Amino acid sequence: MNSPILIALFGLIALALHVTVLAIGAPWLLGYSRCLQARLQGRRGPPTLQVFRDLTRLWRKESMLAENASSVSQIAPLVVFAASATAALLVPSFALGLSTGPASDLILIAGLFSLSRAASALAAMDVGNWFGGLGVSREFLLAFFAEPVLLLVFFTLNLVAGSTNLDHIAELLRTGVLGLRLSLGLALAAMITVALTEMGRLPIGNPSTHLEVTMLHEAETLEFSGRELAFIEAAAMLRFFTWLALLAAIFAPFGIAPAASPFDWPLGLLSFGAKMLLLATALVFFEAGVARMRIFRVPELLGIALMLSMLAVLFLFVSEGYT
Amino acid sequence: MIPTPDSFGQFDYDMAHLLEGTVLLFSFALLYQRRLYAVIQTYTAQALTVAAACFWQAHVQHSADLFATGIVTLLAKGIGFPWALTRIAARTHAAGSVEMSFGVFPSLALGLFLACLALLVVMRIPAGAALTRETLAMSLSVLLLGLAMMTTRSSAITQTIGFLSVENGLSLAAIGVPGMPIVVELSVAFLVMVAFIVFGIFFFRIRAQFDSLELHHLDRITEAPE
Repeated sequence: MNSPILIALFGLIALALHVTVLAIGAPWLLGYSRCLQARLQGRRGPPTLQVFRDLTRLWRKESMLAENASSVSQIAPLVVFAASATAALLVPSFALGLSTGPASDLILIAGLFSLSRAASALAAMDVGNWFGGLGVSREFLLAFFAEPVLLLVFFTLNLVAGSTNLDHIAELLRTGVLGLRLSLGLALAAMITVALTEMGRLPIGNPSTHLEVTMLHEAETLEFSGRELAFIEAAAMLRFFTWLALLAAIFAPFGIAPAASPFDWPLGLLSFGAKMLLLATALVFFEAGVARMRIFRVPELLGIALMLSMLAVLFLFVSEGYT
Repeated sequence: MIPTPDSFGQFDYDMAHLLEGTVLLFSFALLYQRRLYAVIQTYTAQALTVAAACFWQAHVQHSADLFATGIVTLLAKGIGFPWALTRIAARTHAAGSVEMSFGVFPSLALGLFLACLALLVVMRIPAGAALTRETLAMSLSVLLLGLAMMTTRSSAITQTIGFLSVENGLSLAAIGVPGMPIVVELSVAFLVMVAFIVFGIFFFRIRAQFDSLELHHLDRITEAPE
């Protein structure tokens, strides 16, 4: 069981399983959250599988682009999807030590999110529709505040675990040797705020709106249809899934299985499914209780998150074990 | 600078620190809240967390004294003071008033600066003292943030809440020291109680005099011309 070839083989098989989990789980989780949200609002809501149907419908449709659209409009949706999919691939789901493990660096993941955001901004501004520009300006206003917070959280994790490799961090946190650190608690609060911002969920953005004054990500997708829209929607689903998986991998790494021992995989899959379901349910219930913030108050919220992440770093230096 | 895994603390210790950290977070929240009721509620949450930290230390240190302190904290600071503050706010028609504090960003910057100051002071203390450096840093930060709240706020009630949160920082440090005599704790609690009563009388006096709780009215008081 310990030969390097076997370990590499199991890593590959686990990676294939991880891709399957992503392909089925990401749309399903979004469909589940929409369905639950509708129930909470007293509507019956679309069936959970509606998301799959929407995607296949968009895939089959002809894509229409504006007359003055350049090649950016054609390429950018692909870049958005590719960057989001790569990021999703790098965040471990049910097992650690996948073949992509050595590459799953936190800084790289943050960079892929930024790449996806930049491509989506270019796509939105390509045609010259002012809605797109509006959405981009809002998106970047928030990203300007959210990215330093994310990097500080990653910095904290790096100081705690001695590495920016997500595989390594999750492994270290899973064994529980680090205990309950105050810094980790502060980092969790900061990271949840960033996750809500990046996913565009309430109270920062509302993913189910097409009202001019409230659109965040949606304003950037208005010019697209057909296959391009399918790519962009799939990227949004993957982003939703990845952020929840990132939170689960770092702050709740219970039951995550080593890729080298396939007999632990079922337990890993089960616990991962339970964690994601719990996170999505908690998110929807949280959203049911809050109202959307004014866009110009969101920087204040992110400023608080920035302060939390700074405190997380600072308190690490006075804590025991840092003499 | 890379930590060894076994130097990280035990569950008892970690839990205590999480509670102390929560108290510090409420201090930050106190600094930028705008509405009076929100300030009172944040103070209540902070006091309840201090009580929880006290009970946790009582459990860890097996100390009946700390348990008694926890009960005093819970009853006086967690229930009594907030109830009185809410009543005063209602009686003086200050309830729901919006007080522009510093604004979120300057308040947080000030708070972060003070927390850094506390940390810098604490870093000079050698590790292994009676009080862990983390506890000391946090209670000192809570204290400084309370003082900052007293200086930046304009209304008498919020300044008093700043004073009360300073005391929360003190008790946070006191319960972290093993073997702190209960006499010290009780006398501090008693002093705060007396101060609170004095503040209460003071509220109604300036309210009657100026029809407002804003303290800048006091600047108008000058000595009578001779």
